[in-house]
Amino acid sequence: MENLIALLVAAPLLGAAVLLCGGRRLDAVGHWIGTALAAVSFVLGVVLFADMLGKSPENRTLMQHLFSWIPVEGFQANVGFQLDQLSMTFVLLITGVGSLIHLYSIGYMEHDERRRRFFGYLNLFLAAMLLLVVADNYLLLYVGWEGVGLASYLLIGFWQHKPSAATAAKKAFLVNRVGDMGLSIAIMLMFTTFGTFAFGPVFQATGALTSGADAPGSEGKLTAIGLMLLLAACGKSAQVPLQSWLGDAMEGPTPVSALIHAATMVTAGVYLIVRSGDIFNAAPDAQLAVTVVGAVTLLFGAIVGCAKDDIKKALAGSTMSQIGYMVLAAGLGPIGYAFAIMHLVTHGFFKAGLFLGAGSVMHGMNDEVDMRKYGGLRKYMPITFVTFGLGYLAIIGFPGLSGFFSKDKIIEAAFAKGGAEGWILGGAALLGAAITAFYMTRVMLMTFFGEERWRHAPTPSPAEPSVEPAAETRGAHAEPHPHESPKVMTIPMIVLAVGSVFAGAFFGIGERFVKWLEPVTGFEHGHPPVSALTVTLSTVAVMVVGVGFAYAQYGRRPVPVVAPRGSLLTRAARRDLLQDDFNHVVLVRGGEHLTRSLVYVDHTLVDGVVNGTAATMGGLSGRLRRLQNGFARSYAVSMFGGAAVLIAATLLMRAV
Amino acid sequence: MSFPLLTATAVLPALGAIATAAVPAAKRTAAKWLALVVSLATLALAVTVLVRFDPDGARYQLTESHAWIPEFGVRYELGVDGIAVALIALTAVLIPFIILAGWHDADPLETGSKRWRPTQGFFALILAVEAMVIISFEATDVFLFYIFFEAMLIPMYFLIGGFGDRAHEHGEETAATQRSYAAVKFLLYNLVGGLIMLAAVIGLYVVAGNFSLTEIAEARANGSLNMATSTERWLFLGFFFAFAVKAPLWPLHTWLPNAMGEATAPVAVLITAVVDKVGTFAMLRFCLQLFPEASKWATPAILVLALISIIYGALLAVGQRDIKRLVAYASISHFGFIIMGIFAMTSQGQSGATLYMVNHGISTAALMLVAGFLISRRGSRLIADYGGVQKVAPVLAGTFLIGGLATLSLPGLAPFVSEFLVLVGTFSRYPVVGIIATFGIVLAALYTLVLYQRTMTGPVKAEVKHMPDLRVRELVVVAPLVVLLIFLGVYPKPVTDIVNPAVKQTMSDVHKKDPQPEVEAAK
Amino acid sequence: MNPVNYLYLAALLFTIGATGVLIRRNAIVVFMCVELMLNACNLAFVAFSRMHGNLDGQIIAFFTMVVAAAEVVVGLAIIVSVFRARHSASVDDASLMKL
Repeated sequence: MENLIALLVAAPLLGAAVLLCGGRRLDAVGHWIGTALAAVSFVLGVVLFADMLGKSPENRTLMQHLFSWIPVEGFQANVGFQLDQLSMTFVLLITGVGSLIHLYSIGYMEHDERRRRFFGYLNLFLAAMLLLVVADNYLLLYVGWEGVGLASYLLIGFWQHKPSAATAAKKAFLVNRVGDMGLSIAIMLMFTTFGTFAFGPVFQATGALTSGADAPGSEGKLTAIGLMLLLAACGKSAQVPLQSWLGDAMEGPTPVSALIHAATMVTAGVYLIVRSGDIFNAAPDAQLAVTVVGAVTLLFGAIVGCAKDDIKKALAGSTMSQIGYMVLAAGLGPIGYAFAIMHLVTHGFFKAGLFLGAGSVMHGMNDEVDMRKYGGLRKYMPITFVTFGLGYLAIIGFPGLSGFFSKDKIIEAAFAKGGAEGWILGGAALLGAAITAFYMTRVMLMTFFGEERWRHAPTPSPAEPSVEPAAETRGAHAEPHPHESPKVMTIPMIVLAVGSVFAGAFFGIGERFVKWLEPVTGFEHGHPPVSALTVTLSTVAVMVVGVGFAYAQYGRRPVPVVAPRGSLLTRAARRDLLQDDFNHVVLVRGGEHLTRSLVYVDHTLVDGVVNGTAATMGGLSGRLRRLQNGFARSYAVSMFGGAAVLIAATLLMRAV
Repeated sequence: MSFPLLTATAVLPALGAIATAAVPAAKRTAAKWLALVVSLATLALAVTVLVRFDPDGARYQLTESHAWIPEFGVRYELGVDGIAVALIALTAVLIPFIILAGWHDADPLETGSKRWRPTQGFFALILAVEAMVIISFEATDVFLFYIFFEAMLIPMYFLIGGFGDRAHEHGEETAATQRSYAAVKFLLYNLVGGLIMLAAVIGLYVVAGNFSLTEIAEARANGSLNMATSTERWLFLGFFFAFAVKAPLWPLHTWLPNAMGEATAPVAVLITAVVDKVGTFAMLRFCLQLFPEASKWATPAILVLALISIIYGALLAVGQRDIKRLVAYASISHFGFIIMGIFAMTSQGQSGATLYMVNHGISTAALMLVAGFLISRRGSRLIADYGGVQKVAPVLAGTFLIGGLATLSLPGLAPFVSEFLVLVGTFSRYPVVGIIATFGIVLAALYTLVLYQRTMTGPVKAEVKHMPDLRVRELVVVAPLVVLLIFLGVYPKPVTDIVNPAVKQTMSDVHKKDPQPEVEAAK
Repeated sequence: MNPVNYLYLAALLFTIGATGVLIRRNAIVVFMCVELMLNACNLAFVAFSRMHGNLDGQIIAFFTMVVAAAEVVVGLAIIVSVFRARHSASVDDASLMKL
C-alpha cells in the first residue's frame, strides 16, 4: 500500500515530464494524457482511501521512507511520505477536483495552440500539490510548497504575450516568496530548537518542550515558529497582508483560477496551520495572530468582492474571504481544526464550481469578464445557470447545502472562543456571512438576471486588462452570441454542483467529518456563550438580510453598463482597498529608487575608489616619466650623483 | 610507483592546450574537435579520480610528492580531499560544455590571413585554464598552489581581452575599449590580491620553515608550531584578501561585472563557475586549516561582508540593464552565500558551501550559456532589446527559465539544497545573519523573474520575430546541465557523501562543534 | 716609490674620464672617456694588489680588460651604425628611447 503513495505523486509528474518534453508530436493527444494521469492519481487516491477505511481510526497513518535526501552531519532530510486522514482528505480533493478540471480544460482550452503545455503545467501542479500534502517533513513540504508556486506562476502567466499576465505571474511568485521566507525561517527555527523538522519528532518534541522544566522560556520559540508558519500561510493563502497577488492571478485561464486559486493551492496555508496544530496549541499568542489574520481577511476579501465588476475578481475576493474563515477556524485550536478542513473541502466543491461556471459564461461571451456587460444569461446557458446557482446557494450558506454546515460551525466555534475575543471574532464572521450573501447575490443577479446588457454593449476597451487573448481568434469585436458550453465542460460543473449540495450534509450530520479527522487534529467541543441554535438562526438571518440588500440594489433596479463612480469605500474596494497602491508606492517605487541609487553608488563609489587609485598612480607615474628625457648624459649625471651619495653615506656610516 | 593520476588529470589538458595551439591555421575545425576530445578525456580522468577516491579513507588521497626546489622546501605535492574531488569533477564537467558552447565564438572574421589563428588560441587558452584550475585544486603545497593561482590570470586575461563579446550598444569600437578595460581591471585586481598573498606565503615560510600544507596544518594542530596571534592574523588576512578578490567578496567585486559583461558567455561561465571557485575553495582549504584561530577572529567581519554581498549583489542585479552583468551581480550574491556558509563554522554551513560551489557552477553555466545563445542571435546584451522570445523560441525560453529558477534556488533543483544548508548552518550559530540572508531569496526571485519577464514574455518584438530556436549543438550543451540540476536537486547524496568527511575534518581543524538543538527530539 | 701615488693617478684618470662622459657630446669621445674610467679602475686594482701583496686585484684587472675589449666591439659597432643612420655621432641627438 505504501508504494502507492509514491505512485500517486509520480503519475502526474510523469505526465508533466512527458508533456513538456514531448514536443509538437503530442499536441493531438497531450490533453488526454494529462487528464488520464490525473485520473490515475485519483483512482490511486481512492484505493488508498478504501484501504484506510478498512483500518481502525488510530492505525490509519501510512508512513513510507523513500530515500535519504540531504544527509549532512547533524542535518538529516529525508524523502518520505506520511498519509493520514488529513492528507487523505486533501489527496481526494486535489485529485478529484483536479481530474474534473482537467476534463473541463479540454473544452475550455480547445482553441489554444499551446494546450499541450497547459496540461503539462496542470500535471506539474498536481504533482507538487500532492507532494505538499503527503510529505512527512517540513522541508519536503517546502518543495511541494514552492512547486505549486512555480506551477501557479507558469499558469497565471500562461498567456504570457500579454504583459498584464506576465506581471501578475511575477507578482504572485514574489509575494509567495515572502511567505516562503517565513516557512524557511520556521524550518530553521525548528532545526535549531529540535534538531529535526520531520512532523512526528517535531510534534513530540513540542510536547516535551511544553511539559519540560524550561516550559515558560520555550513558549517564545514556539510562538516565533508559529508566526513564521503564519507568514508562510499568508503568502500562499492570500491572507492579509500578503493577499494582493490573488486578484491579479485571475489573469490566468479560468480552469487555473478554479483549481489553483480557489480549490486547492490557496488552501495550502490552512493545511500548514492545521498540520502544525501541535505547535500552535502550545503557542497561544501565535494562535491569536492566526485568528486575527483570518478575521481581517474574511472581511477584507468580502468588501473587495462587493466592488469588483470583473466576475473572476469578485470570485477571487470571495475566495480570499472564505479562506479567511478557514484560517480563523484553524486559529481557534482543536475546536476549529476539523471545521476549517471541512469548510475547505466544501469550499473546494462550490468555489471550483463557481469558477468553472464563470469560465463557461466567459466561454460563451467572447471572454468578456465585465459583469456589467452580462445579464439575463439564464435563458441561454441553462446548465451553467443551474450549477452556478447551486454553488451560489452553497456559498451563502443556504440551509441544507454544504456551505451552511461548514460555515455555521466555524461561526459557532468563533463565538465559543469565549470572552471579548469570542464576541469580536464571532461578530466578524457573522458580518462576513452577510457580506458574502450580498456580493454573491450581486454576481448572480448581474450575470443571469436582468436585461441583456450585452446586446448593445460597447466593444471591450483595449485598456481592459482581462480580455483573454483567445478573443482575437474568436472575434471579440462582434456582438456575443451566448451559448451553452460543450458537454466536456458541463459534466465537471454538474459533478461539482452535486458536491456543493450534498457534501456538507454528508460531512456534517452526525459529525462524520470531525470523527474522521479527530485522530490527527484532535477535537474539543466548543461552548458558545449563546446556544448553537441561536447562532444558526442568526447566520441564516444575516444571510437573508445580505440577499435582500443585493436584490434591492441589483435586482429591482437596472444595472448601469458603465460603473457609477460610487462612494469612497466602493472606489477603495475596487482598488483592493488601496493595498496595492501602498505596495506600489512604498515597495515598487522605493525599491526602484534604491536599486538605481545602488547602481550609481557601485559605479561611482566602490568602483570609483579603485579607479581613483589607478588614476592617482597614473598621474604620479606621468610626473616621474619626465625624468626619463632620453639624454644619455643626464642619466650619467644621475648615476654619478647616486654613486657619490652612496659612497658618502658609506663613509659617513664608517665614521659614526 | 603507482600511476600519477592527479598529475595526469592536470597535464592532459595542458598538453591538449599546446597541441591545439599548434594546429595549422586552416584547420580550425580540427582544433575545436581536438580541444573537445581532450576535455572529454580529462573528464574521464576526473571521473576516475572520483571513483578511486574513498570518502571514508585518509584525508588526502592519491597523493604525489616530489622535491621541486629543495633549497626553499618547495615540493611538488598533490593530494585531494572530498571538497577538491567535487570541484575537480565540476571543472571537468563544465569545460566540455564551455568548449561546445563557444564553438563559433572565436571564428575569425576574415579568413584571408594565413598566420591569424584565433580559434586555435581560444580553445588552447580554455584548456590551459582548465589545467591550472585543476592543479590548484590538487596542490597541497602552498607555493605550488600560489604559482598556479596566479598563472591562471594570464590565459584568463587573453580570453577576456582578446575574445570578448562583439555585441555592444555603442558599436564595435566601444566594445573593444570596454573589453581591454575589463581585461586590465581583472588582471590588476587579481594581481594585487596575488601580491599580497605572495607576501603572506613568504611570511608563512619564514614562520613555518616549509610550504607543505599537510605538515604545517599538522604542526599547528599538535601545537609544535606556535604563531603569535598578530602574526597569524596578518598572514590570514594576506591569504584571505587574495581569495576574497577572486571569489569575489564585496567591496572587491567590481571587476566581475566588467569581466563577465565583456567576455563571451562561455568565458563568463569559465570565470564565475570555474576560476572563481578556486577563491572560495582556497578559503576552506588554506585559511581555515592554516590559521584556525585567526579565521575565528575574523568571522564576524567576514560574515558582515558576505551578508552585504548577498543583499547588495541581488539589489544591483535588479537594477541592471545588461543580461550578462545581471548574472554577474547575481553571482556576487551567490558568492556571498558560499563565503557565509564557510565562515558560519557549522557542518551544515560548510557542506552547504561546498555543495553550493558545485551547484552554482552548474546553474550559472545553464543560465549564462543560454543567455549567450540568446545574445548571439540578436547581437545585443541589453534586456530592453528583447521581448516575447518565448513565443518564437519556446525551448530556448524554457531552458532559460530553468536556469533562472535554479538561480533563485527553487526547491527540486540543485541550488536549493545548498542554499538551504548554508542558511540553516548560519542560522544555527548566528540567527540574525541567517534571517537577513533569507531576504536574499526574495530578491533572487525578483531579479530572475524580472529578467525572464522582460526578455521572454510580452508582445514579440520585431527584431526577435525570426529568431531560431535552440540548435542541436546548443541543446547538447544545455540538456545535460538541466538534467544535472534536477538530479542533484532530488538526490544530492553522491556529492554530500564525498564532501561530508572533508567538512568534518575542517570543522575539527578550527576546533568548532555544531550548536546542539535545545530539545533532543525523539527519534 | 709609494704605491699610493698610483691611486692618486687612478683617481685623477677616473675624474677626467667621468668629466668627459658628462660634458662631451661626441659619442666616440664619450666612449673613449668610458675606457679611461675603466683603465683608471684597472690601475687602482693593480695598485691595491701590490699594496696588499695579493694577486686577486691583478686577476680582476685582466678580466676587466677582456670585458672592455668586448664592450669596445659592441659599443663601436652601435656607434658606427647610429652614425650611418643619422649622420651624426652626437649622443644628445639619439634621445628617442624615452617614453
